[in-house]
Amino acid sequence: MTLKVTDLSVGRGGIRLLSGVNFALVPGQALVLRGPNGSGKTSLLRCLAGLTPPLAGRIEMAEDAIALAGHADGIKAQLSVAENLQFWAAMFGSANIRPALEAFDLIPLATRRAGELSAGQKRRVSLARLLVTGRPIWCLDEPTVSLDTENVARFAAAVTAHLATGGSAILATHIDLGFAAETLDIRQFATPREAQQNTDPFAWDAAQ
Amino acid sequence: MKAVIARDLRLAFRAGGGFGLALAFFLIAVTLVPFGVGPDTDTLRTIAPGILWLGALLACLLSLDRIFQLDWEDGTLDALATAPLPFEALAFAKAAAHWLTTGLPLVLAAPVLAVMLNLAPAAFPWLIGSLLAGTPALSALGTFGAALTVGVKRGGLLMSLLVLPLYVPTLLFGALTVTRAMGGFDALTPLAFLAGLTLATLAVMPFAAAGALRVNLR
Repeated sequence: MTLKVTDLSVGRGGIRLLSGVNFALVPGQALVLRGPNGSGKTSLLRCLAGLTPPLAGRIEMAEDAIALAGHADGIKAQLSVAENLQFWAAMFGSANIRPALEAFDLIPLATRRAGELSAGQKRRVSLARLLVTGRPIWCLDEPTVSLDTENVARFAAAVTAHLATGGSAILATHIDLGFAAETLDIRQFATPREAQQNTDPFAWDAAQ
Repeated sequence: MKAVIARDLRLAFRAGGGFGLALAFFLIAVTLVPFGVGPDTDTLRTIAPGILWLGALLACLLSLDRIFQLDWEDGTLDALATAPLPFEALAFAKAAAHWLTTGLPLVLAAPVLAVMLNLAPAAFPWLIGSLLAGTPALSALGTFGAALTVGVKRGGLLMSLLVLPLYVPTLLFGALTVTRAMGGFDALTPLAFLAGLTLATLAVMPFAAAGALRVNLR
């Protein structure tokens, strides 16, 4: 399940952020996107996941290959941890949520209401959703936010296992996760941002 | 699709899910009418069809912003966008869940309130029939409105402005069905129009809502 990106341009809110993005992701490979805040990592991942149409260029991959874990956890506070994962299992057509619960040590929390969980525990539920989807390509946007070191290791183990079974992952992260991954610095694709024409008469003017 | 409906029903019945709010609004709004227009039973009987239909419509409108807004806020909508279920089916499932939690309770509560408004006994089956035939259209149109305003913070008022004009035909034929039945005229024609409107809405609106969702996720 190869992902091939050719001359891709992505933007957000009408502003072109990245252009000429080229890379390929083969099974078993992990790719880490590096770049400062606001450089377009999230926009690139959202574009790969099909949420935003690309401004130019091509994304070649099999249909229904991507699972996305974005900034927001996508968890319903009123449902229990198991109910949350069961919903996603039903949506993606997989049957068993137990391996996903085990991978992120969620068995003790399975019957708890997700609204009562801490931020790090919610993040673990959100990451467990990736396993439930059964998708080969994981798009991960800052996956380790609010995880402690023990759970960062759990996450790394889950990604390693995913890679070993022929999956691949593309991550935007600022920390070293401790598994072999190639790095793609997206600053090289940055589009110079034209100074925006100020048409708002009430806007704050920095020059004054 | 079944999973989405089941989840939405479960969420609605859990604490803070909002089930019953629209129903309570309907009960209170219709109960207030006799206080406003006075206890004259003839007046109440005349305006009952319009009041019941208008009450149902406003109660339905109140609960629309929950359809997509909560899923958008907590990131569920992003994850749903990558799921195998197309947005068209998602919109249909959302409309169905909204009708089951809002429209259906209104249909069941309406006859009770009709007694209070002194509706003619002959019109009762037509009231229930017209609400059954018309409220699914309210949910489907509302799903489209909710999809249009999904990214807008505090977009409830904007959505009302967008959705209420679309509700006019349903309100017109719904109330007309009951009024004609009350007057002893043939009520089947407006009811058939109402059912036709609902079917057309159910066929078209999921596509419109899916298009709006795609634009708003960018």
